Amino acid sequence: MGAGLGIHLHVEGESVVHKLPAHAKLVGLVTFVLLVVALPRDAHSARAALLLVAGAVVVSTRVPLRHVVSRLVVEVPFVVFALVLPFVATGPAMRLGPFTVSRDGVEASIALLLTATTSVLMAVAFATTTSSRDLVRALQHLRLPDRLVQILAFMVRYLGVVGSQAQRMKVARDSRAFRARSLGSWPVIASSAGALFIRSYERGERVHLAMMSRGYTGRMPVTDPLSATGRDWAVAHVPAVLALAALTAVYAA
Amino acid sequence: MSTAVLDVRGLAFAYPDGHQALFGVDLHVHRGERVALLGPNGAGKTTLVLHLNGILEAGAGAVAISGLPVTRENHLEIRRRVGIVFQDPDDQLFMPTVRDDVAFGPANLGLRGDDLNTRVEAALSAVGMQDLADRAPHHLSFGQRRRVAIATVLAMEPEILVLDEPSSNLDPASRRELGELIETLDVTVLMVTHDLPFALQLCERAVVLSGGIVAADRPTRDVLEDAELLRTHRLELPWGFTG
Repeated sequence: MGAGLGIHLHVEGESVVHKLPAHAKLVGLVTFVLLVVALPRDAHSARAALLLVAGAVVVSTRVPLRHVVSRLVVEVPFVVFALVLPFVATGPAMRLGPFTVSRDGVEASIALLLTATTSVLMAVAFATTTSSRDLVRALQHLRLPDRLVQILAFMVRYLGVVGSQAQRMKVARDSRAFRARSLGSWPVIASSAGALFIRSYERGERVHLAMMSRGYTGRMPVTDPLSATGRDWAVAHVPAVLALAALTAVYAA
Repeated sequence: MSTAVLDVRGLAFAYPDGHQALFGVDLHVHRGERVALLGPNGAGKTTLVLHLNGILEAGAGAVAISGLPVTRENHLEIRRRVGIVFQDPDDQLFMPTVRDDVAFGPANLGLRGDDLNTRVEAALSAVGMQDLADRAPHHLSFGQRRRVAIATVLAMEPEILVLDEPSSNLDPASRRELGELIETLDVTVLMVTHDLPFALQLCERAVVLSGGIVAADRPTRDVLEDAELLRTHRLELPWGFTG
């Protein structure tokens, strides 16, 4: 059953990173990534240093390495693009083994790989240490528009419900000897998707009724507000401060 | 007699598409009663239930809860007084954890901090689910989810608990446990059900709604023994219960 994709990301733990309040972590993460992206293209050593910082954060979460590596798959499109870049970019050429490649392309490729890996590692460190519930609370705390937060919260809750409904429909289809083999089976799949959409829409209406019945007035009540001490904020921003230091050093040189 | 907890007078309602679901319903439920609302599919049971807390507005007639008329201005208080537990717990449980979900209603009423926690703990222990407070609703069994759905409504300390098909989709043991649970609750209950033995077990009185009117309002045993009445309104005891 599709028991909710978000659940597989989060890994319970007791590390420093797990214990930081989610909103402080989130701000720290976004600041860090923005600073990494702001590094000039040829600042490879600064980038490599920040990659080590991200690696250190991941290690400090004490999440099993295998789990982290499998999450790095999201980076694959960037890696593919980075590998292609030296061959398609223009500008002065250089030799790399048997190939002639663009020097600018190689530079850009290294920068892209380092930036992407650093950012993804940091994002994985955040995702593995923050439950979906805390993520929603953090966004609510950070004053993201309430409607967006609610959409996200309902997605987290109902992804599994809709997923298992889709699975049941597939089983029912297959039980009547349906096999998706040719183009001819597409209309069947399309109408299943349509039915799933309508069912989800109707469920949405029923959920809304249930909410109204318990006095919902348009805003989700904050029952358990997040709080962070100055120390929490400081710890959450250690990577960002290091990134700022790297950025300053690069521009000063 | 004291003011009825639930007082429905001459309630009629037609949906915007012109389909008329209720043609003048009268129903009075007093404190401490457990009343079964029986009727075939399409009899208007759900339509009636949605009038009790003002989700639908009466076309004609009136609904009052402990003397307070169901009107737009009174919605929040009415929704506190009337706790509806819907049939599919997945519709009712929409928050990330059981605790958040039980807190949703009382928090909408303005409770915070210790008051809120006390309510949540009390509601969860009333249904025997206090140990699962931090679980996600989709990680619970169906029977557990139905209990939590009841807790979400109990946390609002309602004057009347309205249960929509409480025994549906439950295995026999969960159904029995739910029956035992409902018997322990010190609250007025209106129970919409097709499960006639369950109605007999829990409710001393039964109301048959059919074709948008109240066709019978009698002790449950009387209703179930009236074969003619049951047949007319497409109600049937399961095989083996008749004779």
